[in-house]
Amino acid sequence: MSDLSPNPAQPSRASFLRRYLFSTDHKVIGRQYFFLSLAAALSGAWLSLLMRLHLAWPNLAVPFLGEIKPENYLGYLTIHGTVMVFFVLSTVPQNGFGTYFLPLQLGANEMAFPRLNLVAFWTTLTSFLVLMSVFFVPGGASIAGWTQYAPLSVLASAGPGQALGTDLWLVSIGLFCLASVMSASSFIATTVKKRVAGMTWMRMPLTCWAWFITAILILLAFSILLVALVMLMSDRHAGTNFFVPGGLVVNGQPVQRGGGSPLLWQHLFWFFGHPEVYIAILPAMGITSHLLSNFARKPVFGYKAMVGATIAIGSIGFMVWGHHMFVSGMDPHVGFAFSALTTAIAVPSSIKVFNWLGTIYGGRIRFTTPMLFSVGFVSLFIAGGLTGPLLAQPALDEYLHDTYFVVGHFHLIMAMAGLFAVFAATHFWFPKMFGRLMNERLGRVHFWITFLGAYAIFIPMHLLGIAGHPRRYSELTGVQYVAVMAPWQRIITYAAIVTLAGQIIFLANLFWSMAKGPRAEANPWESTTLEWTLPSPTPEDGFGTSMPTVVRGAYEYGGKSDGEAGSDYRMQNSP
Amino acid sequence: MWRALKLALCVLACCCLLLCGRFGLAQSSSPAQTSNQPSAGHSLWFPSGASSHAVTVDHEFRTALWVLGILFVAGQLLLALFLLRSWRSGPSSANSANVAGNWKLEIAWTVAMAAIFLWFHISGAMIWSEKFLPPKQFGQVHVEVTGAQFQWYFRYPGADGVLGRVDAQKFARPDEGNPLGIDPSDPAGRDDIVSTAMVVPVNRVVQLDLRAQDVIHSLFIPAMRFKQDAVPGMEIHNHFTPTLIGEYEIACTQLCGTGHYRMRAVVRVVSEEEFAAWLKAHTESAEAGK
Repeated sequence: MSDLSPNPAQPSRASFLRRYLFSTDHKVIGRQYFFLSLAAALSGAWLSLLMRLHLAWPNLAVPFLGEIKPENYLGYLTIHGTVMVFFVLSTVPQNGFGTYFLPLQLGANEMAFPRLNLVAFWTTLTSFLVLMSVFFVPGGASIAGWTQYAPLSVLASAGPGQALGTDLWLVSIGLFCLASVMSASSFIATTVKKRVAGMTWMRMPLTCWAWFITAILILLAFSILLVALVMLMSDRHAGTNFFVPGGLVVNGQPVQRGGGSPLLWQHLFWFFGHPEVYIAILPAMGITSHLLSNFARKPVFGYKAMVGATIAIGSIGFMVWGHHMFVSGMDPHVGFAFSALTTAIAVPSSIKVFNWLGTIYGGRIRFTTPMLFSVGFVSLFIAGGLTGPLLAQPALDEYLHDTYFVVGHFHLIMAMAGLFAVFAATHFWFPKMFGRLMNERLGRVHFWITFLGAYAIFIPMHLLGIAGHPRRYSELTGVQYVAVMAPWQRIITYAAIVTLAGQIIFLANLFWSMAKGPRAEANPWESTTLEWTLPSPTPEDGFGTSMPTVVRGAYEYGGKSDGEAGSDYRMQNSP
Repeated sequence: MWRALKLALCVLACCCLLLCGRFGLAQSSSPAQTSNQPSAGHSLWFPSGASSHAVTVDHEFRTALWVLGILFVAGQLLLALFLLRSWRSGPSSANSANVAGNWKLEIAWTVAMAAIFLWFHISGAMIWSEKFLPPKQFGQVHVEVTGAQFQWYFRYPGADGVLGRVDAQKFARPDEGNPLGIDPSDPAGRDDIVSTAMVVPVNRVVQLDLRAQDVIHSLFIPAMRFKQDAVPGMEIHNHFTPTLIGEYEIACTQLCGTGHYRMRAVVRVVSEEEFAAWLKAHTESAEAGK
């Protein structure tokens, strides 16, 4: 990365460390998060490939790993979910792009608490390394899934991976919680205090709104998860019994403890876990709104409604966690409230869809790669979102719960839609981050493979779920009606292999463009927000001493020749 | 690019057709057969229903699928249409509708969506509340279900109608025919029947008490549209009413360890007479064994 910074002032060895490793510069930290998430995404994708291969060809011996046993499969499943949810979906849209672009879009030269951001990044990296180490310890990774339901997660005797593997999982996610809370505090303070003159709340780009609301969600949700993790850890090692009921016989051995409630863990976990879904998707929504307006050359349709919907989703998101527990043994009466609130969240979500369609409608659309991925996001969001109300009904969820239907649902809406926003953002901000442009042709090929691949993988999963195929089955041979569906699992695996292979195009494009891509001008997308007033890549000192003054909103597109000659947009700081 | 867009539309249309086709099939094939074998009738759609609850659930699912399916198709088509319009008119054309919003439309849309989802919630809530009303019929069959890594056990109270006391920590000996740990000193437990298959008579309410010995399991009977977690430390009550004689598979749907995938059992729905005969035979053998 050393050649990327402008005016390298003969950095000595010590200053190299300070500038590129332990830097408090939000631009360096943002890129560090980006590459951390890239590594995490590749690890998670590799694990999903192993699982797909095993489901299609159960006796296949993978080079270096051998045959995949049930405990291996469940270990991959746990770490795949954990890595993808925490280190990819909660990290790159928020901490990756957010740390880099929140200050720039607000007209600030740094985050409010730069040292906190520095510590947060290194804590996140440590947390990732601890998580990955589980594959090298006796017993391997935890088999309890990313949700770590008690008492399976409390009792080391309940299965392989439930000893050291689970301890490391807890340590890793505990560190992640700390890091998230630190970085979120900095995001909130930055948004509240560091907006440049003229940057009123209602002139903020929707990306900033999304990062701000998400930071509040992170602060609240991850604090709860941290508490729950400490409780679980002390159940495992300090003799407490928060989650362990009495009278257990595990592996033929009586467990002499009692008094706890397994449902308490589920409540605490999902009180974090459901806002987590919105932590992953709100920044993606913000990015999509921002890009659709930019490339349709039109103002965001219903800016205020978008802000309102973001806040509504963020707040209702905290009151719906029980929809993960309709069949858990929770009082069925409570199901009514959770069902009503969950269905209610469909309303602000559909406002968003309406406004995205309204933004595109009648625009002079520039079909660039970031635009394609943003449109892909909307398509996937509609597809994945509309199966949500089905699962919000307790009576229907009773049948669909813990089947492949749920797997298909959340992969479309959270994983795929989330990733599409990340791909869009990568192509969009690449010139500002690395000073060069990514290749459009490769970008388009990558888009179509991924877009069709996402549907080809996850639509069949919905059908498997409707047929009753339970999730988290390492073998398909145990239940006869599941065994019958094996050919469909193989088809999904073929689709997954093609889609994953398509990601090589993205990687090649990314690294090739970083070194050899055409040099970017200051504002290659003719965008309005403040980061594009700076040269590409962003100078090390940001705006330096010439701070901009904001005089208008973030989405003034389409006005004919109002600004500079022939241009159809006005920068936020152009008088 | 133009062709790729068309291709994408075709794929989407195929998905919709596939959904609709499945839907049509599921509607036309009414469960007329009197007996079911495991895995029979399973395609990529609901297995044919075999409980009173299945009828309402399937109806609700079909209704929901229509409503949400229309929204899905409309959303995707509008998206594609707006893109195509702009694609055809080219980048040089002026913005035809350079509006930054429209509160009237926004509010109309919000109210419409709220109405649809409110109706949707109420129709679902009614099914859920019906399900949890106390069963009206007398003559319920009482079955205690216990999940243990990785086996389901079904216990019947025997002739006295009372289940014996259980202490798994003291008495559970799976190898000696007492996997649940029924207290040998409790006379109520002498005639208890413990089976690895659930046998129930047709058209009677089956009242289940779900327990777990070690970790959380979940009893999933797709044909009955029934699912309920079995949680250690809790006794959870739930019920279903089988309406078709046959044999139906049970799968575990809560990750419970390495053998989760093979925690299978069957429900055998039999006639009233056959059930009485089964109870009698097993009560005798249960008593003889103790």
